[in-house]
Amino acid sequence: MSGHFESHFPESGSVDYADQSTNIDETTIDELRELAGRYPQPRSALLPMLHLVQSVDGRISPRGIEACADVLGITTAQVSGVATFYTMYKRRPAGKQHVGVCTTALCAVMGGDILLERAKKRLGIDEGQTTPDGQISLERLECNAACDYAPVMMVNWEFFDNMTPQKADELLDKLLADEEVVSSRGAVITTWKEAERVLAGFPDGRADEGPSAGPASLAGVEIAREKNWKAPAADAKPAAPEQEAAQ
Amino acid sequence: MTDLLTPVLSEQWGTPNSWKLARYEATGGYRAMRKALTMQPADLITLVKDANLRGRGGAGFPTGMKWSFVPQDNPNPKYLVVNADESEPGTCKDIPLMMATPHTLVEGIIISSFAINSHTAFIYCRGEVLHVIRRLQQAVREAYAAGYLGKNILGTGYDLDIIVHAGAGAYICGEETALLDSLEGRRGQPRLRPPFPAVAGLYASPTVVNNVESISSVPSIVNHGADWFQSMGTEKSKGYTLYSLSGHIKTPGQFEAPLGVTLRELIELGGGMRDGHELKFFTPGGSSTPILTGEHLDLPMDYEGMAAAGSMLGTKALQIFDDTTSVVRTTLRFVEFYKHESCGKCTPCREGTWWLVQLLMKFEAGTAQEGDVDKLLDICDNIGGRSFCALADGAVAAVTSAVKYFRSEFEQGYHTPAWELFPYEKSALFAAEGDVR
Amino acid sequence: MTVDANKTSAEVAPKPDLVTLTIDGTEVSVPKGTLIIRAAEMIGTAIPRFCDHPLLDPVGACRQCMVDIPDAGNGRGFPKPQASCTMPVAEGMVVNTQRTSPVADKAQKGMLEFLLINHPLDCPICDKGGECPLQNQSLAQGYGESRYEGLKRTFPKPVSISAQILLDRERCVLCARCTRFSEQISGDPFIALVERGALQQVGFYEQDPYDSYFSGNVVQICPVGALTSAAYRFQARPFDLVSTTTTCEHCAAGCELRSDHRHHQVKRRLAGDNPEVNEEWSCDKGRFGFMYGRGDDRITCPLVRRDGVLEPASWPEAIDVAVQGLRSVGTSIGVQTGGRLTVEASYAYGKFARAVLGTNSIDFRSRAASAEEAEFLAARVAGRSVDESVTYADLEGAKHVVLVSFEPEDESPIVFLRLRKAVRNNDLRVTTIAPFLSRGSDKLSATLIATAPGAEAAALDGLDDLDSGTVILVGERAGALPGVLSAVAAKADATGARVAWIPRRAGDVGAIEAGCLPALLPGGRTVSDAAARVDVASQWGVGSLPSEAGLSADEQFAALADGSLRGLLVAGVDPYDLADPATALAGLEAAEFVVSIEQRASAVTERADVVFPAALLEEQAGHFLNWEHRVGRVNTVVKRPMSPMTDIRILAALADALGSDLGFRGSKLAYADFSELGAWDGERPPAPTVEAAPAAQGDLVVASWRELLDASQGNDYELALRATARPAVVRASAATAEQLGLAEVATIEANGTSLVLPVEVVADMVDGVVWVPMNPGPGERLAANPGSQVHVTAVTVVEGAEA
Repeated sequence: MSGHFESHFPESGSVDYADQSTNIDETTIDELRELAGRYPQPRSALLPMLHLVQSVDGRISPRGIEACADVLGITTAQVSGVATFYTMYKRRPAGKQHVGVCTTALCAVMGGDILLERAKKRLGIDEGQTTPDGQISLERLECNAACDYAPVMMVNWEFFDNMTPQKADELLDKLLADEEVVSSRGAVITTWKEAERVLAGFPDGRADEGPSAGPASLAGVEIAREKNWKAPAADAKPAAPEQEAAQ
Repeated sequence: MTDLLTPVLSEQWGTPNSWKLARYEATGGYRAMRKALTMQPADLITLVKDANLRGRGGAGFPTGMKWSFVPQDNPNPKYLVVNADESEPGTCKDIPLMMATPHTLVEGIIISSFAINSHTAFIYCRGEVLHVIRRLQQAVREAYAAGYLGKNILGTGYDLDIIVHAGAGAYICGEETALLDSLEGRRGQPRLRPPFPAVAGLYASPTVVNNVESISSVPSIVNHGADWFQSMGTEKSKGYTLYSLSGHIKTPGQFEAPLGVTLRELIELGGGMRDGHELKFFTPGGSSTPILTGEHLDLPMDYEGMAAAGSMLGTKALQIFDDTTSVVRTTLRFVEFYKHESCGKCTPCREGTWWLVQLLMKFEAGTAQEGDVDKLLDICDNIGGRSFCALADGAVAAVTSAVKYFRSEFEQGYHTPAWELFPYEKSALFAAEGDVR
Repeated sequence: MTVDANKTSAEVAPKPDLVTLTIDGTEVSVPKGTLIIRAAEMIGTAIPRFCDHPLLDPVGACRQCMVDIPDAGNGRGFPKPQASCTMPVAEGMVVNTQRTSPVADKAQKGMLEFLLINHPLDCPICDKGGECPLQNQSLAQGYGESRYEGLKRTFPKPVSISAQILLDRERCVLCARCTRFSEQISGDPFIALVERGALQQVGFYEQDPYDSYFSGNVVQICPVGALTSAAYRFQARPFDLVSTTTTCEHCAAGCELRSDHRHHQVKRRLAGDNPEVNEEWSCDKGRFGFMYGRGDDRITCPLVRRDGVLEPASWPEAIDVAVQGLRSVGTSIGVQTGGRLTVEASYAYGKFARAVLGTNSIDFRSRAASAEEAEFLAARVAGRSVDESVTYADLEGAKHVVLVSFEPEDESPIVFLRLRKAVRNNDLRVTTIAPFLSRGSDKLSATLIATAPGAEAAALDGLDDLDSGTVILVGERAGALPGVLSAVAAKADATGARVAWIPRRAGDVGAIEAGCLPALLPGGRTVSDAAARVDVASQWGVGSLPSEAGLSADEQFAALADGSLRGLLVAGVDPYDLADPATALAGLEAAEFVVSIEQRASAVTERADVVFPAALLEEQAGHFLNWEHRVGRVNTVVKRPMSPMTDIRILAALADALGSDLGFRGSKLAYADFSELGAWDGERPPAPTVEAAPAAQGDLVVASWRELLDASQGNDYELALRATARPAVVRASAATAEQLGLAEVATIEANGTSLVLPVEVVADMVDGVVWVPMNPGPGERLAANPGSQVHVTAVTVVEGAEA
């Protein structure tokens, strides 16, 4: 399966200049400056600043590039080079909800490929696209560090673990209908833009939502508790070398 | 003998509010920090050296030695950067750690920063894990409020700031020099070494880059001592660590055990393979480590054991695939990952992964030509060890190890599609309708 | 390690800073820190490479230069081949290149194969074909056939990254030489690598094209045909071109150029490789500015004024008319030489003025100038060799450089590059005494002493940390600002700082050495010194030289206007470059007789009685002396010229017809004559001590300089080059802009001329000053010298007004 291979890149290399719309105002600029001020050297704030641009404009907008360049005193080409390097930065408006399906080897084999095809059909869009109503954008993800919960989907970078076609359908239906959705290991889903704002470094007060860990994370701890397995006591001594040699 | 599982980092993961400062302190949190701040920084470095803590991010470089490379006579500020860019396929240990007990990491950072005389530390966390970042941000806020961060920590005169920094989607930023470029607001492409980060890292200043698990292990070493840490593990691979099991086993998940546990033991803990299926192959430490097979089930999962088998311990991320799996398919998907994540800086990685993907697609579709296996290996030979960083070596390892153990399966790609040999729906965890391909 | 076979030789051989290693079995000793790839060059082994460039920081990106290192000098080898462009040599290291190592050979072949899988096979229509490192190395070190059967990466092509530079992303091998050049060398990172992985490409931001005075260098260093120039695109094949090494005529930097012609027409110019001067770089004016002789205004035959109308004439007729006129004005004549002449041509004019015409009234300064400047030049510039002067290397090694009335990026771009190199590599500190921190000064991380033109002396006086490690670079604009050059000389004397005067034009230092100033004979001899006059007269074979004081250029025009001077012999002067164009034009009108020796029609030729067509620089040989007094060879590029007569031949013909003998009729003998005179060993006159005359408090004065790509005639007819000029603006501080009520557009007026320009408020600018470009467009010049008063008013744009 896979089979997605492109060799012609008609519109690569930059953001979408045709869409000059922006919501960036003085407040945004002040926040960009605030981010730059949090680091020993302002340019370090560029990644968070671009997250903030996305939270305001729903994409990396030309104005966003220019504002970052301006605040940091670097060229727009330099900002562009960074904005086009990282996959979380979107050149076209992402959906209100951004859905990802992991299809790196393990998730793909465990069912990720099936889930992605299903999501495409359900939403009527291809990967990398947004539904015409702007509600959902869909992305093929590379490994999201939740392999013990495979296959995994993400909504606005919150985990949806151990997905099945049925669960995926329900999730997409709820998102399309603007119904409340809660991550398996996270908070109530808000919007992609709000998520981007948190990533930029402006917390949304939802850290206390959700569990401390999902079941797979606790697999070992629970067995250890059952069997009363523990790390050695504090005064333990290193195992004698001969013992190790015997092993 | 130590127990088969030794939860230290994961011990509190299941408790309610485990991410809150109050809860962390109630279970002994920040005791190590108080103790460490009364010690000499050099003694802390010695302690971690004596414990023989090796980096848990994949390379296994001794953490204390890394700290000792920081030239203290360098007039520039020193920086500690925590590599929380967990992205290696199969690897999923740091994310639950930071989600459940972020204060373990914060406490580890305070101790480690103090040891290397750093006053600014960064947690560079991959951006695609929103809730983890929320918990990190909150933990750092709580630590400031408690006086554990900021100016004059606990009246010791020691100052430390921690900045939680979200990445933006680039596996290569797990490579420490690429991470530093990214943290400087640049494209995350690896830097030339030397100079090494310990001498000229972030802002060309002495910098230590450590993995989340490594730094999080430090408080326990301070609390219990080097001997305690060394009481776990094997001769050269000391201490406990998080093994991450995923794939076709009944109970995948995190298993914290002394280094040197075997895969057989781990699979048993994970409830065994799916019913009716057998182990076909696994990655011992993420997709960049050459795959191993059933013949390696009883090897100790430590640095030396895996090296002896021609692989690497890596991040101890065991992706376990059963006999329904097409190795051609997984190899293609691994290489697609590297093609997607190649930074583009150097020729063999940028062009080589582009080529390998196209060639492997032919194997998958059953349209490869007679002799293409050798061509595949020759391309790998032209990439391996020639690229700027180790990313492309990961792609090469996936291919060469797969051909090593399953050459005939690749040769079947001369005529038969992989999905006919191994119907893909059989590998999925759920019954799928219709054509899976 | 047991017995060291090389011990004996090692005991004898090593200097402390040398490292000895073995490459392909050949032992070689190289300075410590040398990269393996360069050590191999020293024994004649070229290791293929793309990203490596000796003047750029090592990057190790293309991985083409892999070598096998069985011993890193510590007895252990590397298991895999290594990039030789990033690894320094080590004592005892053993390196095997593609010549001896199958491993290195295969690694290199494999890398070329990778580079070619996505490279288009369009060599037959590629500008680089025939001189392409990728093509050459593929032939030398690549497989004959590709094993690649996949799809090639394609992009739309080409894209214009500036008006001059085009980018073909399909051909690019991502070596990043261009982006590294723009960031490291010129400091214009308007191009950058964008996207990632297989999609990585060179990119720019649509609204901010690649705006750099040095953009042509990226075309030259591109190892494939990815970057091409609008000027040269599809003009020629490299193997059809004939190359000539020469020296650039556009400024006093003295860059070596390679000028390529086909069918006796220059097709392109490339930076020459002169480590002492321009290293391997050139500015865009030097590279692209060679079209100025191709317009309709080129003078191709002598012109004689008949009944008030200039008409073509034969050479004998024109010479007759000229001789008649020159005879009639006698010694009541001035000579002006301008800035385009080689040193031997300047020498010919000087000799012609003093020995043939019998006048000391000769001046090369076709710009605002002063008597103070002439004194300064006689005291501190004339009669020196490169050994006694500040050099590029001195700039690179200096601790501190102070810029006075000098904007290196605009006025001497290669000096700018060398300063930037020193700032980047050697922690050079730069201080600029200027009205604001220009873009160039910003790129030098310079400290600004915000100063109104005219107040430089006080600003210089206020610097209290100058010493013998300091170099003061003073530009030609200082000459028109009273007291500045005096202050520079005094400050240098007081602190031990060294001084270099950096004029703008290529011929200026040569003109000084050739004696094209009223009070200066060749080699720094002063006219007032009788012994010096005798010296020169005997060399020239004349009885005596005139001893009375001559007139400067400004004085000549004034004297022509009031009738006290009768004739003028003039070459390469544009009246609008002068401090007082009106007087100059009046002088030309009033003159009894004007002989113009010129390449192109001008305000002077229009008013001349006889016009002789002079050869272009590319049509003649000779020498320039750059600001360091370094000799640069000018070689004949085009051997079938439109104007076969050089200035020297024309002067020799006139001398013959006047019954004198110039002593030479070509550059070779002229240079020999000049060289034989040599420098003067007599005492130099003292430096001037002119009081500064800063503007009065409350005056609004103008600051100005010539930008590199302005309406200078040297840039003419190269449209893509002109299109990359910086947009003209008027600059003022926030306070001054507010005081003047300036918003978006302003009118600047002086002496009956005016400019209407967009306003740019500059944060760190000195108050009470407005800056305008000196020559923004044809016919758009403000007749106001820096430091003089101007009148500025806001232009109000009526909202909603329909056009």
